[in-house]
Amino acid sequence: MIDLENLTIEDTHEKLKSGAYACRELLEAYLENIERKNKDLNAYLEIYEGVREQAEAAQKEFENGSATLLTGIPFAIKDNILVQGEIASAGSKILGNYRASYDAGVIKKLKKEKAILVGRTNMDEFAMGSSTETSYYGVTKNPHDPSRVPGGSSGGSAVAVAADMALAALGTETCGSVRQPSAFCGLTGLKPTYGALSRHGIIAMGNSLDQVSPFGKTVRDVEIIFEALSFHDPEDATSAPAEIRRIKASPPKKIGVPWHLFERGVEEPILANFKNSMKQLEDSGYKILDIELPFSKYSLATYYIIMPAEVSTNLSRFDGIRFGYSAEAETLEEVYRHSRGEGFGREARRRILLGTYVLSHGYYDAYYNRAVALRAEIREEILRTFAEVDLIATPTTPTLPFKLGEKLDDPVAMYLSDIFSAPANLSGVPSLALPSGKTKEGLPLSAQFMAPPFAESSLFAVGQDFEKIISYHEIS
Amino acid sequence: MEIKDIESLAELARLRLSEAEKKSLQKDLESILNYIEEVKSAQVPGQTEGEKLYNIWREDQALPREYSLDLITSQFPHKEKGFLKVKKIL
Repeated sequence: MIDLENLTIEDTHEKLKSGAYACRELLEAYLENIERKNKDLNAYLEIYEGVREQAEAAQKEFENGSATLLTGIPFAIKDNILVQGEIASAGSKILGNYRASYDAGVIKKLKKEKAILVGRTNMDEFAMGSSTETSYYGVTKNPHDPSRVPGGSSGGSAVAVAADMALAALGTETCGSVRQPSAFCGLTGLKPTYGALSRHGIIAMGNSLDQVSPFGKTVRDVEIIFEALSFHDPEDATSAPAEIRRIKASPPKKIGVPWHLFERGVEEPILANFKNSMKQLEDSGYKILDIELPFSKYSLATYYIIMPAEVSTNLSRFDGIRFGYSAEAETLEEVYRHSRGEGFGREARRRILLGTYVLSHGYYDAYYNRAVALRAEIREEILRTFAEVDLIATPTTPTLPFKLGEKLDDPVAMYLSDIFSAPANLSGVPSLALPSGKTKEGLPLSAQFMAPPFAESSLFAVGQDFEKIISYHEIS
Repeated sequence: MEIKDIESLAELARLRLSEAEKKSLQKDLESILNYIEEVKSAQVPGQTEGEKLYNIWREDQALPREYSLDLITSQFPHKEKGFLKVKKIL
């Protein structure tokens, strides 16, 4: 029996290298868990057909001595990341039968390293949601308490790792879609700097915000994945060239906390746990400073203008003509209207209309242009703050994992789940969500850190310290 | 926001909506707009340029691609003699 719960990438690599078990045995252990748990949790939508052949190919790399740290590591892949020949539905009916004609940039790299792509995972439709409940393919449940949501939109990938159905996973973030499910499922999740990981072959939601983001059980696991996938990809015009990536970050010492942003609206156990986390960091030598981010309080409202504007533009390509769901109708116009009306779910329709509204003549200046100006201020204010502190810390989410269905009929309540996520996505800076304990009921708690652009190393440094000083069984 | 506003947005976005959904979207949009309204009260100096944005261009190059023609054409909802078939445009 392989103890999947406590596996890390480095341990696993050593075991595969020494022959303690083979890639195929490791994979079978995960497949067995999937067989047992996936029916209830609904993390995976599909296990890729050739998964066992991938394990054999990985084994060969160990035999000929060319294995890397990711060789043979089972990964769960969010359903909006293209894998050639496989369905990528983005959790939507409109792409239910769409097969990718090429590999995403990050998938090419994982294949090159002979990581094992286990299957595609459930997600909120087109990554629009914070609970994995807007998927056309049913809800995903939180393994810590199946009556609660796992967070979203990358909930399937989070649950795959949290329930030992994969060792690591890829999700995507537009605003918290990896950090928030990491918080709800007790994982470590990184939103890299905008431009760090290739967006080539990712089904776009908001191009100026989207970023492929890894999930892991430990900071080191996430760091290994980040390092493997962080490179300039000429296929993505927003991928950062090598010279921009090279920055020197000294070990972080000063952490700024914008206490004024969470005076209200944060659940009591979360605030108490966050205060305790900061206290422990202080006791271990970090300096905790009170900072003011006056523009950042507009982050979520700004996001809910910019994102739908980009959504309504992006989703106009799904029209029932070249691929995906196509409704039968008399005229071309009717084919568009019916295919889109029937193919998109409720949240997608809501955001398409909202985006159309904020971009329409007469409202463009009041909403979109204003949001763009505010975004510039938010970015400026965050970068300026990094002249004084090395990191910015906040709770990852304002609430504990909520009940299934609880926020489904109240879009604004659902959107507020990402209130602390928005500043990093709007400003492009990297951010790491880390487990910070559990409640009495056993629900995971999480703290989040932001660093300057391309200073992911500072996040990993504080993350590894944090892992040492925070007792996971601590009850706050 | 009125029902006819929802209808004209749906028209622009090429989305067919049922009557019941128009009503519920009207309610949702009002509540979301009420929330994002707060951007109007922000004092924006408007001096900040934000990120310097620039275009990434390159010359066209004829390179072999991995895209599978079959995989693309086999997904056409309607086709004739290997071409994509659509409803009459004019």
